[in-house]
This record gives sequence, structure tokens and C-alpha cells, in this order.
Amino acid sequence: MSQKKRTSSQKSQAQSNRLSQVARNEAVDSDEEDVSLTEPSTSQVQQSLSRLTVAQVDRKMAEVLQFILIKDQKKMPIKRADIVKHVLKEYKTIYSEILKRVDRTLGQVFGMKLVEIDTKNHTYVLINKLEPVDLNIRDMHTGSPKTGLLFVILAVIFMKGGIVKESIIWNMLKKLKVKCGEKHEDFGDVKKLITEEFVRQRYLEYARVPHTDPIEYEFRWGLRAEKELSKMKLLELVSELQEQDPHSWTTQWKEAEQAESSSRGSSQ
Amino acid sequence: MPKDLTESHRRFLQEMMQCGIMDVSKCNSLYKKCCEIHKANYIPDKLDDFVNEINTHLQPMFMHIRCGMSEEDGQQYYALVNLADTEITRMATDYSDNELELFRKAMDLILDSDNGLASSTDILNLADTVQTKKMKKKDAEQVLQRLVQNKWLCEKNGEYSLSTRCIIEMEPYIRNVYQDSVCNICHNVAVQSQMCENSLCGIRMHFPCVARVFRGQPEPHCPACKDFWPHEIPELNISHSQLPAPSQPGPSNEKTSRYGRPRR
Repeated sequence: MSQKKRTSSQKSQAQSNRLSQVARNEAVDSDEEDVSLTEPSTSQVQQSLSRLTVAQVDRKMAEVLQFILIKDQKKMPIKRADIVKHVLKEYKTIYSEILKRVDRTLGQVFGMKLVEIDTKNHTYVLINKLEPVDLNIRDMHTGSPKTGLLFVILAVIFMKGGIVKESIIWNMLKKLKVKCGEKHEDFGDVKKLITEEFVRQRYLEYARVPHTDPIEYEFRWGLRAEKELSKMKLLELVSELQEQDPHSWTTQWKEAEQAESSSRGSSQ
Repeated sequence: MPKDLTESHRRFLQEMMQCGIMDVSKCNSLYKKCCEIHKANYIPDKLDDFVNEINTHLQPMFMHIRCGMSEEDGQQYYALVNLADTEITRMATDYSDNELELFRKAMDLILDSDNGLASSTDILNLADTVQTKKMKKKDAEQVLQRLVQNKWLCEKNGEYSLSTRCIIEMEPYIRNVYQDSVCNICHNVAVQSQMCENSLCGIRMHFPCVARVFRGQPEPHCPACKDFWPHEIPELNISHSQLPAPSQPGPSNEKTSRYGRPRR
């Protein structure tokens, strides 16, 4: 095996650097689909780690971290299979240990956190751990009109109970002078932006309504939106705009409260 | 053990990642704001220390916040750069192979020129020489536009040069391949510049550096070979304090030579 070869060649130079400390709490997934990705046992991880130098592990960690940052910058989902295929390669046995360190560095240096949004396909997104504030320092940074549009759509979905027919969204956007099928100055092809880009970024879910003729589609919040956005803040903003007490939307208020307490629970 | 980072460092870094490049005054006000938000101790004039604390933690990740000078106005800028394997790792993800080839060719054209500028016609003509995949002039025009938008190239009156961000990021490459492309005054990499016409001398100087060095001199002479300096002397349009002092190399120079590419 290639690992054995590597071991013998590097044994002498790195005897002192050996990683003695090893992963303790490997989350072992039983429903792994890809056989090659089956989670190794703790002792296997230990064995693999002990064959590598600290520098080797650090270097891989840096590569994985860069890969994640690049993916995040484009708001593309971060898939475990991609990390293994493009970055880790023969280091895949120590995946869990590397990812744990990446997450730690993300928190300590960048103020961000890796969150698994799809446990079946092992897909992650990066979440900002810092409270959003208006630094008021950026010149019109690109992408902000798109963020505004996305925010409006997410707010409508939330206020209307979580699921909204596509036609309702387009009617609402028409009032804002954003029209389906027309090229918009900031958004370009709006339909493509909403039904493809935002969906690919996992901010929105876009699915066919079953058994309708003609075919209809509906929107829901995507997994990234669930993790990134505070429903409470959104509700506060909407009530400010509508000049109403946020409590007056009882269902939304309850849901926002629930989301707050569960996110507090998971972050500890 | 390096000092642990605080929330104010993290927020600063996040903002830096969003912007890519920031001038020194913006950096200073961002530094102040970050400290205020997180109730950290703000020390005026200690921006470089603050940035260095972040850099200590970025180094293992092959990233670095580097300081450099704008060739247009002589101002200092900070940019987050990637030191991994190739200088273009970061760009590579946004551009296809033939687009990158065009960029590299345009960069060489700019660096080979006397004044650090290349006309759009000359760059578009490069499209015919792109080998990875055929490129039409029309496509090349769009690529050029995108490179300007993404702050890799800058354009003025139909002439293109390397942007401040590009120079900061590509500095090791430029120093390596174009060893003469260094300003005689501030010792930073010089792209947009004037060149001594004495073929035995051929030193370069940034426009803002030329303006400062020859200020008030009716008959300027090359600081190296003492030949007459035949170029038009640009006007000094910013305050003296913003320019790097000639006696000591600019802070960017110090920093880049100290860090460079991390080796293990």
C-alpha cells in the first residue's frame, strides 16, 4: 500500500514530530452510501495519523480550509465527497480529524463555523459566528442588491407560513418592478437567479407542486437560509416596516422563538 | 505560541476577505470600528501590529495580508493574498484556462513595456496567440472587462496596467521574472513608471516617486546615472506624508521580503 511506502521514507525525518494525540470522538455514520468513504474506526484513524508528520497533517488542513473558503465565497455547497476527491485524496482516512481541526481554525481565526446541512450526503455550509453589524465601510460591495432581493423573498415565504407558490412571488416582485423574463439591471436574468442560483446556494428550495395541471412550482426556505438567518430578526424587521407589534403574528413569533432556542442549544 | 486572536481581529479579517483590497485610511477606520464593536483596546497608529497578529495565524494557511503602494496616487493599500502553490490559485477558480492564458500574456506585455501600460488593441491582438483554446476578439474584450471589474487590471484612456491588488498579489512573481521592475526610489515593484533612457542605466521610478524626487527641479537628472531625465514630470497631487520616505524602504518592502512564500 502506498501508505506503507510513505511511512518508511519519512520515518527518520519525523520521528520526533509524530502525532501522538489523536481523535477521540469519531462520529461513526452507519448509513454511509459510498463504500470508499466509510468512516474508519478510531483506532484506524489513530494508526493513519501516527504514520504522518505534523507538517503533513497541517498542510492538508490548510488545503482543505482554503478549498472550503473558496467554495463558500461562491456560495457553493461544500461536499465531503469533493473534499476527499480534490484535496484529501490518500489522506481520506483521517478526514474526521482534519475536518475537526479545520473547524477549530475557522472559529479561532475567521470567526466562522462549519455546519452540516445534509447529513445523508455530508454537505456543509460556512456560517458566520460574529453578530452581523453594519460597518458602513464598504463601498457598495457587489452582490448586495442580490442579497436584498433574496431577503425579500425569504421574508415573504416566512410570513406566509413557510411555503409559497411561485406565482405569488412573481406578483409580489412585479410591484417592485422586478419582472420574470425581463433582464434586470442588477439581477440579470431574474428567473435564473431565483430558481437556479439561490437554489444552488441552498437559500431557497424550488419544487413542483404535486398533481397540478398546469404545472406549478412552490418555494420554501433552503437549508442555508435556516442556518444563517435569524427568524426573530427578520420578524422584527418586518414588524418595524409594517409598524406592528411582532407578537401580533402569533404563528411566526412562536416559530421564531423556537428557532432561537434551538440554535442557542446547538451552538453550545 | 502566537497571541490568540480576538473578535475584533476576526471581524477585520472577514471584512478584508469581502473587499480583497482596502486603502490605508479605510483599513485604519475599519480597525478602529472593529475594536469599538468588540470593546477591544484601540491603539491609534498600531494598525500594522494588529494586522501582523492576524498574519501570524494566517501563515499556516498560506494566506497573508500584505501592504503595497498604489502606482496611481502613491497611497498604501492592504490586500489579502494567497501564497499557495501558484500565484494564480485564487484566480484560477474564476477564470477558464484560455482566459488565464490571455491574462498572463497581457501581464507580460505590460511588464515588458517601458512605461507599464499596454493598449487595448495590443492586448486584444494577443487573443490570436492563445493556445489552450481558441479565443475570439469579442470574447477577449469581455475577459478584459472582467479582469478590470475584478480588480486585476486597471484601465485608463484605453490603456491597461496591473492593478494595485494584482501587483501586491503577484509581487514575488514580478520580482523573480522582471528583476529590473523595481522603483529606484521606494524599492517596491514598479510597473507604471518612467524609465531612464540611458540604455546602460535603465532604472525605473513610479510616477508619484518621480514627482516627489524632481519637485522644484527645472532640469531633472537620473538619480543613478546623472543623465538628463527626458520625461514629463508629473504633478505631485497628494500630501507628502502619504508617500513612503526614500531613505527607508516602504513597509511593504520589508514585509514581503520577510514573509514571502512559507517553506516547510
